[in-house]
Amino acid sequence: MNPVSDLAASLISIGFYGISYAMILYVISVGLSITMGMMGFVNLAHGVFAMAGGFVLSICLARYGIPFPLALAAAFLSVSVASVALERGLYARFYGAGELTQVLFSIGLIYVAIALARLEFGTQAAPIMLPDYLKGQVKILGHDFPTYRLFVIVFGFAIAFALWIAIEKTRFGAFVRAAVDNRAMAQSIGIDTRRLFTLTFALGSGMAALGGALGADVLAPQWNYPLEHLVYFLIVVSVGGFGSLHGPFVAALLIGIADTLGKYWFPEFGAFLIYAATIGLLLWRPHGLFGACS
Amino acid sequence: MTAEARSAQAGYAGATRYRWYEAVPFIVAIGFYFAMPDYLSLGSRILIFVLFALSLDLVLGFGGIVTLGHSAFLGTGAYVAGFIGAYSPVSDPIIQLLGAVLAAGLVGFLTGCIILRTKGLTVIMLTLAFAAILLELANKASAITGGTDGLSGIQVAPIFGRFEFDLYGQTGYLYCLGVLLVAWYLVRRLVHSPFGTSLTGIRDNASRMHAIGAPVYWRLVAAYSISAAIAGAAGALLTQINQLVGLDVLGFEPSGEVVVMLILGGVGQIYGAFLGPAVFLVLQDALAKQFPEFWYLGIGIGLLFVVWYAPTGLIGLISRVARRWGRP
Repeated sequence: MNPVSDLAASLISIGFYGISYAMILYVISVGLSITMGMMGFVNLAHGVFAMAGGFVLSICLARYGIPFPLALAAAFLSVSVASVALERGLYARFYGAGELTQVLFSIGLIYVAIALARLEFGTQAAPIMLPDYLKGQVKILGHDFPTYRLFVIVFGFAIAFALWIAIEKTRFGAFVRAAVDNRAMAQSIGIDTRRLFTLTFALGSGMAALGGALGADVLAPQWNYPLEHLVYFLIVVSVGGFGSLHGPFVAALLIGIADTLGKYWFPEFGAFLIYAATIGLLLWRPHGLFGACS
Repeated sequence: MTAEARSAQAGYAGATRYRWYEAVPFIVAIGFYFAMPDYLSLGSRILIFVLFALSLDLVLGFGGIVTLGHSAFLGTGAYVAGFIGAYSPVSDPIIQLLGAVLAAGLVGFLTGCIILRTKGLTVIMLTLAFAAILLELANKASAITGGTDGLSGIQVAPIFGRFEFDLYGQTGYLYCLGVLLVAWYLVRRLVHSPFGTSLTGIRDNASRMHAIGAPVYWRLVAAYSISAAIAGAAGALLTQINQLVGLDVLGFEPSGEVVVMLILGGVGQIYGAFLGPAVFLVLQDALAKQFPEFWYLGIGIGLLFVVWYAPTGLIGLISRVARRWGRP
């Protein structure tokens, strides 16, 4: 083998794994970015929804043998519906509250969630039984790629495109953008922001569940999931900038690829590179790459 | 909790003379020493976390800086005290303690200069990221930190050359209590000083403090560095009591738990930092091993309850009851 083609193969493989990891991070975090930009709510408990999505998928597949696409839909729907109850009952009370109150409230929710997850599922990671058509490898241009990772990438891009259409081209999306830019003004021109919040929250939580379910093969659903991966979701959101759609997408790609690259080429540094890069970037642009400057 | 309610409880404008009930925590601590000689290691742990929570109260309660990465300084203090004890001929506990305080203060100053340039969620993010970086460093530099096995072989000489650390933890307990007393006096003086007032001013309305010409950024950096130094002292005590440093001192767990302890006790009132860790650690000692699920559930529900009904924490509840009884 010559070194150039070795390098190329390694780069392709890193890019591939990096992008599929990025898509998982994106689908999970995009909801957090929108709710944070729109409601200004510091919701550290967002990972709970992703964990819930992973568990729902696992139960659907392993216990009831529901087909994979339906199980994904079930994860999305069940978590969105549950999140509406949470939003109406709990979150809404803390919209105007200070940052510390919101942080504490969401940490409280995390603790309750991990306790319940441990009671129900124990300390083992939930098993994910992928259908046969998503197992194995696909050969593209002489390289072997795992089918499931390819599916994740395609699915992630599709979600990003669908969200882009929904936010940029529909009436609902215009409402959302208006509320992100200026909540008071949006309300005064007759947008029911209260209802809009609930809908957006449900959509964001559902996306998190979808991401959690989709990524269950990579980030295994287990009881301490919301704490373990919290920093990564926050990095994606704050690097991307709150309230933007393409922000988290670009940030997730950067972080997914950089993290995979770091783990392949500089395993001795571990996650060090990502944290250092995040700190550097936030110093350069405190509002993230695409955040609105206040 | 409203800003008015908070400033009324502490600050330059409030009463600064000592009240009898301020001695209660220390009387209880001395009473514990005589009444519960078998539980002194738990007692020392409580005192250390009180110190840690006190350092957090300075930034979170009085400075309004929300941090989820305070274990960075606990861990720095713990490792620096451990390095001095394990690799240098210096085994005097006071010098180790001072070394840890200086190192943690320096790390606090350097990271504070970066973190405090930002606001809101970014601050939380950066505190988390710095703690994570330090954890990663300690993990990778296993040649000097011992990695996951922990740092051992730490030499700690008798305090003042006379009082040896004994097996029952009596010396250790009183040593922790002594350090806590000094830190408490320092924090109390600081909070009631003009510096402390400007800090609460920044917490309650930063733009107004800017407008009256206060050096907002540097005040926050100063508070953050002092808080880090005190947290470093707590870390050094942890090292000296256990004569072992594990990677978990730098993890998310101490950072998160100390916030929970402080909130349960009552934030921004100094004595919440005493009550919270005591209640939390006693309950943890009794419950966490047998029923970890219910322990987490309990913390979660406790936090939600405090956020919802009792934003001034247990201290706030106690003072409410005391007022109803006609006492101060």
